[in-house]
Amino acid sequence: MNDRVSGMIVASEQGLRRRSGKLRDTHINLAHGSGGKAMRDLIEDVFLGAFDNPVLAAMEDQAVFSLADLARNGDRLAFTTDTFVVDPLFFPGGDIGTLAVAGTVNDLAMSGAIPLYLSCGMVLEEGLSVEVLRRVVASMQRTAQLAGVTIVTGDTKVVERGAADKLFINTAGVGVVPKDVAISARNARVGDVVIINGYLGDHGTAILMARNQLGVECNVESDCQPLGSLVAAMLAACPDIHCLRDATRGGVATVLNEFAESSNVAIRIKESALPIREEVKGACEILGLDPLYLANEGKLLAIVPAAQADRVLAAMRAHPAGKHSEIIGEVTKEPAGVVVLHTGFGGQRIVDMLVGEQLPRIC
Amino acid sequence: MKFVDEFRDPEKALALAREIRDVVASIASARQRPLQIMEVCGGHTHSIFRYGIGQFLPDEVEFVHGPGCPVCVLPMGRVDDCVALAELPHVIFTTFGDAMRVPGSKKSLLKAKADGADVRMVYSPLDALKLARENPGREVIFFGLGFETTMPSTAMTLIQAKAEGLRNFSLFCNHITIIPTIKAILDSPDLQLDGFLGPGHVSMVIGTRPYEFIAGHYGKPITIAGFEPLDVLHSVWMVLKQIADGRSEVENQYARIVPRDGNVRALAAVHEVFELREFFEWRGLGSIDHSGVRVREAYAEFDAERKFPVPNLKIADPKSCQCGEVLKGVIKPHECKVFGTACTPEMPLGSLMVSTEGACAAYYNYGRIDTTGLKRKSMPLEVESTL
Repeated sequence: MNDRVSGMIVASEQGLRRRSGKLRDTHINLAHGSGGKAMRDLIEDVFLGAFDNPVLAAMEDQAVFSLADLARNGDRLAFTTDTFVVDPLFFPGGDIGTLAVAGTVNDLAMSGAIPLYLSCGMVLEEGLSVEVLRRVVASMQRTAQLAGVTIVTGDTKVVERGAADKLFINTAGVGVVPKDVAISARNARVGDVVIINGYLGDHGTAILMARNQLGVECNVESDCQPLGSLVAAMLAACPDIHCLRDATRGGVATVLNEFAESSNVAIRIKESALPIREEVKGACEILGLDPLYLANEGKLLAIVPAAQADRVLAAMRAHPAGKHSEIIGEVTKEPAGVVVLHTGFGGQRIVDMLVGEQLPRIC
Repeated sequence: MKFVDEFRDPEKALALAREIRDVVASIASARQRPLQIMEVCGGHTHSIFRYGIGQFLPDEVEFVHGPGCPVCVLPMGRVDDCVALAELPHVIFTTFGDAMRVPGSKKSLLKAKADGADVRMVYSPLDALKLARENPGREVIFFGLGFETTMPSTAMTLIQAKAEGLRNFSLFCNHITIIPTIKAILDSPDLQLDGFLGPGHVSMVIGTRPYEFIAGHYGKPITIAGFEPLDVLHSVWMVLKQIADGRSEVENQYARIVPRDGNVRALAAVHEVFELREFFEWRGLGSIDHSGVRVREAYAEFDAERKFPVPNLKIADPKSCQCGEVLKGVIKPHECKVFGTACTPEMPLGSLMVSTEGACAAYYNYGRIDTTGLKRKSMPLEVESTL
């Protein structure tokens, strides 16, 4: 009761008014998850301050939006969720906050949806620096703005030291799929063309290097970026995009296998056409990794009708998230369900699904 | 990529493939049965599948995938020993990542970790040493595995540990040596090998002299080979040329890395720390005399086998598993009864399915080409692509 009086309502010369919470602690403690004043201060100071929008500011237990407004964008809802546990929290090219927004936005965008609203659930470990949390939240806001989405609802839990590792984030997202867009992993057709929007394996390499356990140095930044507006540009160029998926964990190889299997076709890719940075190639050579399996956080694979390929490619290259787009392969009939790599050396080999874990806690 | 692309040039590969066809045409015996060349080293097996090198060879030449993958030849009993050590209280058990998934008779190290053992993946034995320094209250055991390639770094680590006077660091030594095993293979009655690709990285340490008995006593040509695809093709050509000329010599294709006398300092460290065991058990091949090393008396305090109770039980390989026959080249991986069914990279039964250097895993990941409609052998050299 005392808390309530001193924290939320203060008597001052101006009279009785609600004081906006100010977080004075430098580190998170269990009280910040208790539902009391400390939690209120944390939410108001760190989250509301950064995410700053009327839906969130209403501080209700849920976000409410008008169906009519949603329906102006399309005729179906897309809904997705993803949880982020990346280690380390900060890495060249991004942090867990950029990932948490871009990851969910991209999952929505891969259906052709226009991403609109995100939720933000946080699990904080006791002892986490508030400064770290502020930086992560600022990245989330920056990325949300870039992606054109609003973070409209959230939740925060604090667990004892050791019960979680620093900071985990869950985001769920809602988007609207425009009428007549029908993208599915089942839609690849013989003769279609496979396009990627840039360099493979940057995120996986950046995380590996940021962990600094290997005694290898290279300056690669994560490709972490929202892809909603790129997808919109691609759909404007060709509404009939057959398949679309972002190549995150498991990399390009995994997504192509999913396409081949779902559509019961063969996908043939050409090693010499794969855009891979020299630094990533070098790191992979030294560490025995295959860039086809390295994680990305801002790369999509599109399967489009051959007749439209040039139009789509041009639209992609004109967009900042697709400057280095390349056609990397094609869809054939046989061997159905299989991805075949035509090696730069002149041989062919199967590119299978990843077995086991190449690297844990990559996103 | 500089200094790498040069060794993956498709034009040169086609030129070499033509040379290989010409040499094979001049070898009369190749018309009765295919010439069998064993690549001893798992690194070569991996290259062969990763780059589709077999597709550049005529039908008259076959690779036999040898025993040179240390993870693959690790017997089940030794994995059980690892698990037993890892589950001791206060122990931090450190291992290279590819040994984590090797099945023991009850569980793998990965499973032991999930069950609560403190198993950690390291990239170098020096990382394990660092852990020992940082955790003076814990016992850090390093699972030493591999041929002469990794032996020197383990030896140097023990020398370092002794110099620092560390008391909580020890080695579970499973290092093995390739020469006695090549000899055992050559003595095996069901074998018809025509030549060898010698291991590149092992030879960087031991040099080329230890192979002279292969060419001399057994009269088989051997070429020490590099790992880039052109290295492998070039080495195959060199072996075939020896056969065609009626020669059997130790040739060194990988001279840019492998000196004739090896790495003298690395060998000195190895001899300082290790001595030959009477025998060592190899998965699929059985017990081979003098094929493993153990820690010398002078370093006894760093020997996990002396320091801790090690069950040291001999566990028979699963009956259905034909790793041994694959290792000797008697059958091809896909001819094994359980290949791709009971035994897959996801749920490996035999160790050849575990490591990416294992012949079965390589076949499974890259080479299930016959079963999926891509004709491996009959594919034209100028690989057709509409891309």
